Amino acid sequence: MTFLDRRSVLQGAAAGVAGLIAAPAIGQAKFPSRPVTLICPWGAGGGTDAVVRIVASLMEKSLGQPFSVVNRTGGSGVVGHSAIATAAPDGYTLGIITSEIAMMHHQGLTQLTYASYTPLALMNDDPPGIQVKSDSPYKDVKQLADAIKAAPVGKFKASGTGQGGIWHLALVGWMQAMGLAPNHVAWVPSNGAAPAMQDLAAGGLDLVTCSVPEARAMIDAGRAKSLAIMAAARNPQFKDVPTLKEAMGLEVPLGSWRGIGGPKNLPPEVARILSAELKAIYDSQEYRDFMNARGLTMKYADADAFGSFMGESDKAMGAFMKAGGLAKG
Amino acid sequence: MDTVIKAFGLVFQVDVMVAIVASAFYGLTVGALPGLSATMATALLVPVTFYLSPIAAVATIITASAMAIFSGDIPGCLLRIPGTPASAAYTDEAYAMTRKGQAETALGICLWFSALGGIAGTLSLMLIAPLLADIALSFSTYENFWLAMLGLMCSTLVARSSPIKAIAAMLLGLLITCIGIDNPGGVPRFTFGSTDLLGGIEPIPALVGVFALAEVMRALTEREPPKIESRRLGSILKGQWKLTKEYPKQQARGNIVGIIIGVLPGAGADMAAWVSYAMSKRFSKTPEKFGTGHPEGLIEAGASNNASLASGWVPALLFGIPGDTITAIAIGVLYMKGLNPGPSLFTTQAESMYALYIIFILGNIIMIPFGIVMIRLASRIVGAPRSAVMPVIMVFCAVGAFATAGNNLFAVWCVAAFGLIGFVMEKNGYPVAAMVLGIVMGTMVEQSFVTSLIKSDGSILPFFERPISSVLAAMTFAALLWPLLAWSLGWLKGRRTVAAYGGRQAPNTRA
Repeated sequence: MTFLDRRSVLQGAAAGVAGLIAAPAIGQAKFPSRPVTLICPWGAGGGTDAVVRIVASLMEKSLGQPFSVVNRTGGSGVVGHSAIATAAPDGYTLGIITSEIAMMHHQGLTQLTYASYTPLALMNDDPPGIQVKSDSPYKDVKQLADAIKAAPVGKFKASGTGQGGIWHLALVGWMQAMGLAPNHVAWVPSNGAAPAMQDLAAGGLDLVTCSVPEARAMIDAGRAKSLAIMAAARNPQFKDVPTLKEAMGLEVPLGSWRGIGGPKNLPPEVARILSAELKAIYDSQEYRDFMNARGLTMKYADADAFGSFMGESDKAMGAFMKAGGLAKG
Repeated sequence: MDTVIKAFGLVFQVDVMVAIVASAFYGLTVGALPGLSATMATALLVPVTFYLSPIAAVATIITASAMAIFSGDIPGCLLRIPGTPASAAYTDEAYAMTRKGQAETALGICLWFSALGGIAGTLSLMLIAPLLADIALSFSTYENFWLAMLGLMCSTLVARSSPIKAIAAMLLGLLITCIGIDNPGGVPRFTFGSTDLLGGIEPIPALVGVFALAEVMRALTEREPPKIESRRLGSILKGQWKLTKEYPKQQARGNIVGIIIGVLPGAGADMAAWVSYAMSKRFSKTPEKFGTGHPEGLIEAGASNNASLASGWVPALLFGIPGDTITAIAIGVLYMKGLNPGPSLFTTQAESMYALYIIFILGNIIMIPFGIVMIRLASRIVGAPRSAVMPVIMVFCAVGAFATAGNNLFAVWCVAAFGLIGFVMEKNGYPVAAMVLGIVMGTMVEQSFVTSLIKSDGSILPFFERPISSVLAAMTFAALLWPLLAWSLGWLKGRRTVAAYGGRQAPNTRA
């Protein structure tokens, strides 16, 4: 009897162990089976935060698990991006990857590149704008460009973000397209678009090259105006602002893009579920309404296309940074 | 009018109301516990605000800090141990009244005039802030540089320690802000290849460490406060109206001094109480009665420290420059909630600003009934054993820092490190408030200085040419030279004293 007893105990234990081994497999079959964390490398209240929060709330609704957004800020985005890349590749820690990933490694700030991630979907791409003070003498971007060309190097001052940030590259790209030296307009580093717009209104700057939605508060307050956007098409929220191509026949292929990704080597099944869900979210009315309300430009690419998009962006940004003397090595 | 109605809509939400009531009791409790300051109460609230709506988050900070400043008077009155440093100025006076058998009058004065002072401070915030916001919109980086410098200078000027130690503490704070990559050049500094250090030292973990953890450590080294014998207290508010009519000048003066000190960067409620008590005694017709249980100084200083609370928000909201240590924490929360400080806050978020005013008024009104309840419960709460309270605070510090930094363990290490730094600094007479101001404002000083120089092509003339800029520059230099002047005067006087006392100084200097 005792022998039998022992045997049944052993059998039970074996079944238990088998169950434990099987558990993760079952969990994966029904991804997600527990809450998911979305890391945002930028602060609350900004554009990136807005995009990741709407994505999180729509994911939560359709996948039935909490998607919580964690703002891991600092180091010009390095801290948050590195937290996404170094997370366990199980699909329960994802994040929003921004254009800075195509820039930071050129500056020697981090070893991370777009290849450190599993791309899931590109969700948005904001083109740079050209903003001046509302009582500025320049009626359109052509007049501003002529004045810049006529002025000595460093006379005009521009801002919009930190040194070597995305809007700094936009300025460099515009200068190059006009055949001017990249530093023809001096860059004044700022803590983001909002303080730059405030300084523009206060008369401390000549132009700000942030995106139009970022400049919106000052434009609505009647203290600034947008002369052009560096995009292929006009923004439906700001119909009166022409593209640089219409106004001057110039193209600057660069924008502040944002997409969802996870650490490298996500299980293919998990990646498939997530990117299918992101596609559905991108196509939803809620996402469209939200992005329109904020004036953010929608742009989608599926997992593979997002991967090659990041590769191209990396090359383009690298070239601009080298031209502007911002790249290291 | 439309924005005011919207603001009421923002405030009268279930979550905001619950937040106000809960943080009121929380603030009253922390304030009444001897050794725990209002700043600490605020620091421990940060992780909670993380999960609240922006208005509810701001409401908890406003309510808890106002309640804690009043509540600090309770153990001062009953035990002669100030609950918060802001009550220290008049603790002896209040205790003297208690010994004369007028405990309820003393507590009533503290409660009634705290509430009135808080409302006066709110009115000043409502009047001054939008007025200044219009001017502030024309501030460029030149003006911002001088404002930030002026703030740093004030923090050393008002410190109740030696100006040299205050400057040293402030410089340490500035050095700490050098860490990381968030500087105008985008160059990593003092990062030693660590990704966490690349992000720099966030003010909130530093503040939690300095104000909460360091206080826990200090409590370990001090004796447990004695128990309050329970006594029956009569009506708390009886006779307060009579006192209001009897001392209108004292009350008004207390409010005004409190408001001015609140607006000054770095100087908060404790400084307001000290200055007002001293002023009250100086201008009193009966200065000999001070210290014997006389209501006059109590009224003036009690009003003053609560008035300073609201006006401390003026520079915080307009420029991101903290008016006191509580708003230093509040600025962090404002950024976290997307209510970035700046003059445009008053145009783009007008209803949030009105909501803030409403919360201030509301907080000071409910202070009266809640305060009475607290006074009645005082004997139970003031005597709460430290061995139970302190470990809870430790846990809050660690968990809170972890959560607010986006589940990052690095923030917990920051809290630990700054707890140690704060403890050692306080023990040696270095004002931690000056260091905190350095940490909060260092980036602003550097950013505005470097960008101004880029804009002016390296010329420093525009720092003095622009009209507002030149005025601010003059004020900054006055503040900079003042400690030097005071110090040299003191040195001359000190030499005379040393000569007079001769040998008594000697053993000290040798040790």
